[in-house]
Amino acid sequence: MVKRRTVLLGGAATAGALVIGWGVLPPRQRLHTAQPLPQAPGQVALNGWLKVGADNTVTVMMAKSEMGQGTHTGLAAILAEELDADWAQVRLEMAPIDDIYNNLATVVDGLPFHPDNDGSIKAVAGWLTAKTMREVGVMMTGGSSSIKDLWLPMREAGAHARTLLVSAAAAQWKVPAAECQASAGTVQHPSGQRASFGELAALAAQQPLPGKAVLKEPAAFKLIGKPLPRIEAAAKLHGTAVFGIDAQPPGLLHASLAMCPTRGGQVARFDGAAALKLPGVKKVLAVAPYHGGTGAVAVIADTPWHAKKAAAAVTVEWDHGPAATLSSTAVMAQLAQALDRAQGFGYHSTGDVDAAMQGASTTLTADYRAPYLAHAALEPINCTAQFKDGAATVWTSTQVPGLARRAAAKALGIDEGKVTVHQLLLGGGFGRRLEVDYVAQAAAIAQAADGAPVQTLWSREQDLQHDFFRPACMARFKAGLDAQGQLVAWHNWSAGQAIVPQVLSRMFGLPGAGPDKTTSEGAFDQPYEWPHARIAHETIDLPLPVGFWRSVGHSHQAFFKESFVDEVAHAARQDPVAFRAALLKKHPRHLRVLKTAAELAGWGQPLAADATGAKRARGVALHQSFGSIVAQVAEVSVGADKALRVHRVVCVIDCGAAINPNLITQQMESAVVFGLTAALHGEVTLQNGQVQQSNLHDYPLLRMADCPQIETHIIPSAEPPEGVGEPGVPPIAPAVANALFALTGQRLRALPLTLA
Amino acid sequence: MPTTITLNGQPTPVHAEPDTPLLWVLRGELHLNGTKFGCGMALCGACTVHLNGEPVRACITPLSAVGSANVTTIEGLQGPEATALRAAWTAVDVAQCGYCQSGQLMSACALLRKTPRPSDADIDAAMSGNACRCGTYPRIRAAIHQAAQAR
Repeated sequence: MVKRRTVLLGGAATAGALVIGWGVLPPRQRLHTAQPLPQAPGQVALNGWLKVGADNTVTVMMAKSEMGQGTHTGLAAILAEELDADWAQVRLEMAPIDDIYNNLATVVDGLPFHPDNDGSIKAVAGWLTAKTMREVGVMMTGGSSSIKDLWLPMREAGAHARTLLVSAAAAQWKVPAAECQASAGTVQHPSGQRASFGELAALAAQQPLPGKAVLKEPAAFKLIGKPLPRIEAAAKLHGTAVFGIDAQPPGLLHASLAMCPTRGGQVARFDGAAALKLPGVKKVLAVAPYHGGTGAVAVIADTPWHAKKAAAAVTVEWDHGPAATLSSTAVMAQLAQALDRAQGFGYHSTGDVDAAMQGASTTLTADYRAPYLAHAALEPINCTAQFKDGAATVWTSTQVPGLARRAAAKALGIDEGKVTVHQLLLGGGFGRRLEVDYVAQAAAIAQAADGAPVQTLWSREQDLQHDFFRPACMARFKAGLDAQGQLVAWHNWSAGQAIVPQVLSRMFGLPGAGPDKTTSEGAFDQPYEWPHARIAHETIDLPLPVGFWRSVGHSHQAFFKESFVDEVAHAARQDPVAFRAALLKKHPRHLRVLKTAAELAGWGQPLAADATGAKRARGVALHQSFGSIVAQVAEVSVGADKALRVHRVVCVIDCGAAINPNLITQQMESAVVFGLTAALHGEVTLQNGQVQQSNLHDYPLLRMADCPQIETHIIPSAEPPEGVGEPGVPPIAPAVANALFALTGQRLRALPLTLA
Repeated sequence: MPTTITLNGQPTPVHAEPDTPLLWVLRGELHLNGTKFGCGMALCGACTVHLNGEPVRACITPLSAVGSANVTTIEGLQGPEATALRAAWTAVDVAQCGYCQSGQLMSACALLRKTPRPSDADIDAAMSGNACRCGTYPRIRAAIHQAAQAR
């Protein structure tokens, strides 16, 4: 089946029109939900992905969350394209929780295979994984996978519905369907007959399942590839967009928390008597740590301010838990010891590294490190829940609605079918809202509220300190060059915590075991054609929750790898762009991305000094992640006060077919700012299990004045679409570090970048 | 005893105690949810509203400090500058997650009312208190310039 799917995608990309035989699709394909979609009066569902209203609206079901990446606009365009809808008639509705919406792309991408490996083991593993995940997987927005995951299912759904609408028109007019044509929300016949989708919807739903449907050739696309504006933009400019925090069910109460200062700790005992005497306070209760979260005392009150003031009046004795003695300094020492062991799981091996290293005329080695990071989405963690008459309703911003439902059900001890989840907009996700600690917590708090809905809202400090952090990581590299300066050996191993085993444990209660691709991604899965290479990672278990942070393992591994490639280029006395190009002879797409970035950035041409007289230099980085290839060239200067300034970033991406070039460009800008924030400022440190940063004064975000000019170029491509939400993040830190080396001669091997 | 504030041009009775931050009066009591909570310490700008046209952070502005001032929130933000800014924000496709954008628009509008043709340095200064985690800064800058030119 995977083979067939690959063929279909290949066909879509190269040959254009492609025929889908509905009859031969596997029995559990992704077209129809198990339960009929909820339909408003006048609405008709034509399959699990869209409804057509008598008012001629087309409502596209959204299986993915909107957290800023423009996913909703992209997915709606893909379906509307094949449906031949008018863009103005398109509306969105969050999809219910159903297996057809499960994310297949991410789990298949999560298998630890090198991208250049298209062998049979990888194919079988991918097939089995996709098959399993369709049945037992989860609805999930993450891994830069939304477009990749739904590109084909939503095109098929649009084509399927278009076929039904055309059949309905043909039946009504008693003409052959082949003579009818759909376009811009209507079906027409050469005789002059014409009907809108809205007029045809009821009849279309009664048409027999079409035997086959034809997908469009790319040349015929009217919406795909066009810079359509973001669908929800207007609401975001008038304050009417509804985020998780804006849930407002009638009679809403508010909960504020006193959380254990130690990450993962819990309440030993508490005294809520003083809090209970304060205005508006209804309940004070202890809440356990759920799904990797931290325990707390919750105060339920009539207003958010009453709840917050009362939470400060609770006295608590804490059980600080397993992280009570953990410090980030000791963690880094532990990771350094692991590097000396040079062990770990081998993710990639080619040739004979040891022999090649021995035969090299020059070798060099270096250690790199990256700290823990917090997500710091601007909407602090919150969730609204109501438990009444044995059933629960949850309103929240989540990347995993199905897991959120399960978490609420489990916390309340009720069946999942008794929980309704309303998915609202995310004020940023970046991976933090893949966790469900806060959903279970809010459900448990609502259970004490006598049927009233309660919004549990964390403070910024709690959001920052009780995060699931990007793991700290250290890496060691050894490279060997021959007498001509050719790279002959590449040996790299890293050490740090693994995310996936923790997730399996805290989400599913499964023992976390086996290799976790995210620990070594960005190190082992890259295109460079080193003749002899070995790349490994040793997982260190620590009682500190770590999680998926925008671009995950790539976020630090790209900094390590692209910085060390630069070191090796300089040791070989070669230009950093030319040195990389020589390692990409069999990778024309990567080569094109690299060369385009260099050209657009004016690589090799002299750079004028600032108005202040500060000199500038350029640095380059190339990285592949989430299926896409990105090269960035950064221009930096250092002021008299050693202030590092990034002036300009040229960003080139090959993400396959560009569904919406405008939103892709937005994501590149977003990723550069996100990655630069981490490269220049990002560091979470812990002492006695307590995070030492608390708010944006000591965990600063990049501001307007520090934001570089960012120029994005998208390589035109007819390949299937790949990820865009994350791939722009990994290259920026090494591009800046490499520019700093060119400028100052200082090689910075630790994040955040700090000049001596 | 309710006090009365002037909110988006309307006298509006509120019941919150005087120490209640304006943010929680707006969100918690009046259900005007366009003004966002981000940090609680005037560090992110998501809660920016106007008091007599001046941008302030509602999360650290107690109700007692509002007095007879005109409070304007994103829901009541009107006038030629606001119209030009929203048009430019749309044309430039500024918003991503959108959570900070109410505050960004409030700050940008106050800037344009004082400085109709702001320089890049004016924009840096006026917008420095508004954080955007999605990194919409280059587009905010472009949209402010575009709105200024359209006026």
